[in-house]
Amino acid sequence: MISNLAVLPIVIPMIAGILLAFFHKKIPLVRSLAKILTTTNTLVVLFIWLYVKENGAVILETGGWEAPYGIILVADLLSITLVLTTNIIGIAAVFYAPASLSKKQEEFYFYTFFFLLITGVSGAFITGDLFNLFVFFEVLLMASYALIVLGGGKVQLRESIKYVLINLFSSMLFVTAVAFLYSVVGTVNMAHIAERVQGVEQKGILTTIGILLFFVFGTKAALFPLYYWLPKPYTVPNPVVSALFGALLTKVGIYSILRVFTLIFIHDTDFTHTFFLWIAGLTLIFGVIGALSTNNIKLIVAYNIIPAVGFMLIGIAIFNETSLSGTVYYLIHDMIIKAALFLLVGAVVYLTGTTDLRKMKGLIHHYPLLGWLFFLSSFVLAGIPPFSGFIGKLQLLKGAFEEGEILIVIVGLLASLLILLSMIRIFIQAFWGEKDETVTVNKAAARRFTLPVVFLLFFSVFLGVGAELIFPSVEQIADYLMNPEIYIQSVLKE
Amino acid sequence: MIKENDLILRTTTTLIAFILFGFSIYLFLAGHSAPGGGFIGGLMTSAAILLMYMAYGLKAVSKILPINYQLLIPIGLTIALLTSIGSVFIGEPFLNQTFGYFDLPILGEKELATALLFDLGVYLTVVGVSLTIILTIANDQ
Amino acid sequence: MEIIMSILAGILFTTGIYNLLQKQLLRIIIGTGLISHGAHLFILTMGKLKTGLPPILEHGDTNPDHYTDPLPQALILTSIVISFGVTSLLLVLAYRASKENETDNMDLLRGNEND
Repeated sequence: MISNLAVLPIVIPMIAGILLAFFHKKIPLVRSLAKILTTTNTLVVLFIWLYVKENGAVILETGGWEAPYGIILVADLLSITLVLTTNIIGIAAVFYAPASLSKKQEEFYFYTFFFLLITGVSGAFITGDLFNLFVFFEVLLMASYALIVLGGGKVQLRESIKYVLINLFSSMLFVTAVAFLYSVVGTVNMAHIAERVQGVEQKGILTTIGILLFFVFGTKAALFPLYYWLPKPYTVPNPVVSALFGALLTKVGIYSILRVFTLIFIHDTDFTHTFFLWIAGLTLIFGVIGALSTNNIKLIVAYNIIPAVGFMLIGIAIFNETSLSGTVYYLIHDMIIKAALFLLVGAVVYLTGTTDLRKMKGLIHHYPLLGWLFFLSSFVLAGIPPFSGFIGKLQLLKGAFEEGEILIVIVGLLASLLILLSMIRIFIQAFWGEKDETVTVNKAAARRFTLPVVFLLFFSVFLGVGAELIFPSVEQIADYLMNPEIYIQSVLKE
Repeated sequence: MIKENDLILRTTTTLIAFILFGFSIYLFLAGHSAPGGGFIGGLMTSAAILLMYMAYGLKAVSKILPINYQLLIPIGLTIALLTSIGSVFIGEPFLNQTFGYFDLPILGEKELATALLFDLGVYLTVVGVSLTIILTIANDQ
Repeated sequence: MEIIMSILAGILFTTGIYNLLQKQLLRIIIGTGLISHGAHLFILTMGKLKTGLPPILEHGDTNPDHYTDPLPQALILTSIVISFGVTSLLLVLAYRASKENETDNMDLLRGNEND
């Protein structure tokens, strides 16, 4: 059965995680198995991507229960593209992990939890059922709880308690929101909800539920004013864990907003989407201020997640085809570049032994490749043409122009400039300047760190330079998002 | 864990633990189309084992039940996962299930479902998780 | 009946949040437990409270009004399992944090940002 393809991106990492749990003490074996398994999974996902691009969404009714009754998995072009990006980041993380983790951390089921994280993220992208989305959120959060305490220093324990608490609270609100929605429309299947929402007479209650769901996803995605929990917990774990979190977790939140507010709650866009525009603008401003306010390089990169989320929300708020294609493009771009940046900063911290920017200087004399990679990724992040950030932002701001929202365009441009400033500050302080003769140079370690980063930056540059090849797919996704009937019909088969 | 000499707890434990075990297995088997299931059965079993730990202490119980609870988690997950992807290999949708009626010795004609195998995985995982967590804290004195 | 249950869920939420804002770690965990109970009760209430047959087709009764709605119960069960897992994980975490820091006061948990 061809529709079983939709479950493979969820099942393969899960099998991998369980398999590796059996011999977690045999590190060399686990390492090579993990590398093989992520690569295999990526190839399988690539095959599914090609299939979906050719033949349209693959829909699986699990357990043979028909559409509105059972749990539906929908691998459409948007979700499978994001799953593919997730797996590319997974490959980089697995190759980076041995250099960065201590032996004890690797033995303590790192690879198992890593694969469970991938399972949860892929599941959240693929599911077509609102309650099932909650379940996959919990799968990925459960894995992230285990990953964030890996190592277990004092700071780590304190920050992870906060992280668990905020996520637990927002999950419970998620359940409550689903319960509200169930009492109004009597279903939890997203396509079925979208169909029934059109027939609901009191739109006010729907808007309330929509905003409650937005609050939940906004907490996970770190939007203003709910971002306060994000920066610190993201700096305490090992760099490879930070990279996975920074690249994947907030993006699952923004994906959920994208899905829910283009499919279900589109009855009152004047109110909801204008509200999003304000939130997006404030997220941009406050995130950038945060990034400029600190000298801790890990914290600078963690704060840079927030304006990126703001950019993606602009696209959802503007809600036309151009801006949505910008959001999708920016989503893919940001997942890759955030992972690369966290890995780079992790390498810098490992090599210098400090996170304080003021204590570093002249690293480029010792590690030229690392320095130029950092320079390149700053440019990609800030959206200098011809790199990938530029094309995403161009589409977003073009969409905003079409709707006459000039203010957000100005805020967006200003924010990009300040993002560049915050990144160049690291480059000038840490890499530029006089050669520091006192440091011990560890070229071998630096080399082990650079390879995965080069791999990620290759994709990042390709996204920008090869935009001609990728952009038609992104436009196809944006067109699909603007016409929710296609989704509803393909799931409910009417 | 608890002080050495606790006669009443020990005497009643011998009885209550076995009632709990029996009831947990009943719940586990009933779970297909009546109240019960792998999750609640697993919790009941771990309650019984925990009661034994409390009455007889860590050393004695570890000697009679030499089970590595940490290993139970991946084993349980494997069983659950294998039963759910089993249907993929015969061309059915993921998680599909079936059932049949069998003539068993002593018990007579009974309904057996593949969902029971999935529940066995859940059962083992729940026992593994809850006992791992409780024993991690308890061992740490 | 639904109104009484909604108010009860609300009370559970309020007490939960009150406990969540305390300084003692154990109280915070109890607070999360209360909030999840509130949420579960809320799902049950939102699925309409009624006393019907268990939703298994027996004796050929095909009138759907005679049966209870199985979906809220399935949702609650899933949610209970998840909050069971998270609560036990949180307990282990809190135990280790309080042991490491020799305090269970959230304000006094220490640690340097730059290490």
